[in-house]
Amino acid sequence: MDFELDDTQRAIQDTARAFARERVAPAAAENDRLRRFPADLIRGLGELGLLAVNVPAAYGGSEAGAVAYALAIMEIAAADCATAVTMAVTNMVGELVARFGTEEQKRRHLPRLAAAEVLAGAFALSEPQAGSDAAAMRTRAVRRGDRWVIDGAKQWITSGDVAGVLVVWARTGPADGGGGGVTAFLVEQGTPGLQVGRHEDKLGIRASSTVALSFDGCEVPDSARLGEVGQGLRVAFAALDGGRIGIASQATGTIRAALDASVRYARDRQAFGVPIAEHQAVAFMLADMAVEHDTARLLALRAAALKEAGRPFTREASMAKLWASEAAQRAVGRAVQIHGGVGYTEDFPVARYFRDARVQTIYEGTSEIQRLVIARELLKDGASRG
Amino acid sequence: MDIQLTEEQRQVRDLCREFADRELRPNARRWDRDHEFPAAAVKQLGEMGLMGVAVPAEWGGAGMDNVSYALAMEEISRGCAGTGVIMSVSNSLYCDPVLKYGTDAQRKEFLEPFARGEKLGCFALTEPMSGSDAAEMRTVAVRRGDEYVLDGTKNFITNGPQADVALVFAMTDKAKRHKGISAFLVPTDARGFSRGKPDEKVGIRASGSCSLFFEGCAIPARYRLGEEGDGFKIAMGTLDGGRIGIAGQALGIAVAAFEEAVAYAKERKAFGQPITQFQAIQFMLADMATEIDAARLLVLRAAAAKDRGVRHSAESAMAKLFASEMSERVTSKAIQIHGGYGYVKEFDVERHWRDSRITEIYEGTSEIQRLVISASVLKG
Repeated sequence: MDFELDDTQRAIQDTARAFARERVAPAAAENDRLRRFPADLIRGLGELGLLAVNVPAAYGGSEAGAVAYALAIMEIAAADCATAVTMAVTNMVGELVARFGTEEQKRRHLPRLAAAEVLAGAFALSEPQAGSDAAAMRTRAVRRGDRWVIDGAKQWITSGDVAGVLVVWARTGPADGGGGGVTAFLVEQGTPGLQVGRHEDKLGIRASSTVALSFDGCEVPDSARLGEVGQGLRVAFAALDGGRIGIASQATGTIRAALDASVRYARDRQAFGVPIAEHQAVAFMLADMAVEHDTARLLALRAAALKEAGRPFTREASMAKLWASEAAQRAVGRAVQIHGGVGYTEDFPVARYFRDARVQTIYEGTSEIQRLVIARELLKDGASRG
Repeated sequence: MDIQLTEEQRQVRDLCREFADRELRPNARRWDRDHEFPAAAVKQLGEMGLMGVAVPAEWGGAGMDNVSYALAMEEISRGCAGTGVIMSVSNSLYCDPVLKYGTDAQRKEFLEPFARGEKLGCFALTEPMSGSDAAEMRTVAVRRGDEYVLDGTKNFITNGPQADVALVFAMTDKAKRHKGISAFLVPTDARGFSRGKPDEKVGIRASGSCSLFFEGCAIPARYRLGEEGDGFKIAMGTLDGGRIGIAGQALGIAVAAFEEAVAYAKERKAFGQPITQFQAIQFMLADMATEIDAARLLVLRAAAAKDRGVRHSAESAMAKLFASEMSERVTSKAIQIHGGYGYVKEFDVERHWRDSRITEIYEGTSEIQRLVISASVLKG
């Protein structure tokens, strides 16, 4: 048992941290206020190899592993969650293509995603009436010779407008109750019949783009199919387990940002003649934030380490996502409290952290879905033993 | 980063789990009810090397690492939390400081038989008016020629009723406050030593605790551990390790309650189906399992830091704080899942709940842990 990072992991962490401090953090408040997609930052992440951290080097990826990826997300998220979620979705799409794609698909898409030649990848699974219950999907794809015609609507699609390539799930057969009948496709931006709809006006992560998509007779060749016909949900669930590590890492970064800001403020701000950090009421909030940060980080890194070792990690990823995202709510709440009135203004970053954190218990599986997954896994195994 | 256990660590865990299932779990309810010290089980723990897990073999210990110790603490406490604290005091609070600060002569006399489990030690820091604030202690030790003479009272001393030797902290120079504290190894057959009657406790009732009285208690000067004035440093360094043990104990208590809650929920039917079919129950179990895993990671991280020989005060404090508060939440939920049966003594979850409560108090209250952690955060 060894909790120390190896050299590659440390190097990725340092790289991400430096970029986060020098480039991402200074731009975050303005990008948030203007709802401005940070294209320059995304290109910068591409140059550093942070858009395809866990993708083979042969296809332009960094091939640094799932732990390094989690560490990189933590660092970027500590500066700006919106940039981090854009980065996370691109990494997720890259990993999916690397895992399920044909050689041709890998050669076509991975180097461009890794280098930010296309600004992002997108993951088009959710629909207006099918969120956590992916089996209720209505978008369908009909085969015509060696082509597929996709019709339907998707919603809540991160980077759906800026993505050069989107993974799109569509029903290709009847639902069999076991999650069958759905197939995944790689659809390139600009394909006729693919329309970008409304941009969501979000509470937080406002510098990330979230859009609705419509597919109206959108045709793709059979060579754009990702994985086998009818195996789409298997593809989706494999991605979501990894995606949960990404959100757990993002939430961990949020907690650290909230803690760091609170420590700085509590040292400076005086009340009753001393810095408020000297009042136990404040100091103990900082202690609790630190403990919750470390638990979130350890759970996220454990899930990542299991993934990297090729072992099952479904339960662990759900635990990390559930715990980290809920701990983040508590941490940002405490951070605002420690800041008092100024914490409620956009003059200090904690207000943004407070808004950004809120989505973390919702997207990539709500807390309720995580608890269902955990309960299902533990009732199957019988006990929680490490 | 490698979160897998080594083969040796896995073996220790499995051995302890098996021992706990066989020897501790079936008896824990009776020991609790009768306030009975589990002498036979403690003897077996000694034979297994568990009273001095991280003590090198040449000094009578098992020569294993602190990760193994933390795993052992979890498993033994899962079987019986009272037995767990007896073991923790022997390992963390007694053997560890004697190994670290003792001379070879002291190790021979005061470590070997203790690490082997033939004798039992205790750690006497707390006093009636001085708990977390150790610098306020009133017990004094005065040098007279080749002897020290101790006067004072120690309180709530776990293993006190059975101990052969007490590691006692006393003021040798009151003016220097905490820097005037020294540590002494006091055999309990020394003249001027006596014990109070065992405390009647809410939980961990298989372990005994009592007051220790020193009235002109004379011991040879060579029984001083470390230099004069080293006492506070020895006590605080020891407690860093002790907190790993108690965190492991709190974790084991929670795991026991969780396992029993899962087993009960699978059996118990309501509204025509097992209660595991209701999200209200599933979600409680999911939260319990998640918190248990989070606590275990903190405990193992602190133990691994100790094994690497780096400072681990904040890590130990985090593990202790989180695991103990987690344990109270998890054991309480286990009672909730059991309903009325959770409130009666035919089931063990009420005991787990009582046992968990002390882990937030001893070896540094939750408040002391938060002080340690916030100081570290504000310094960092």
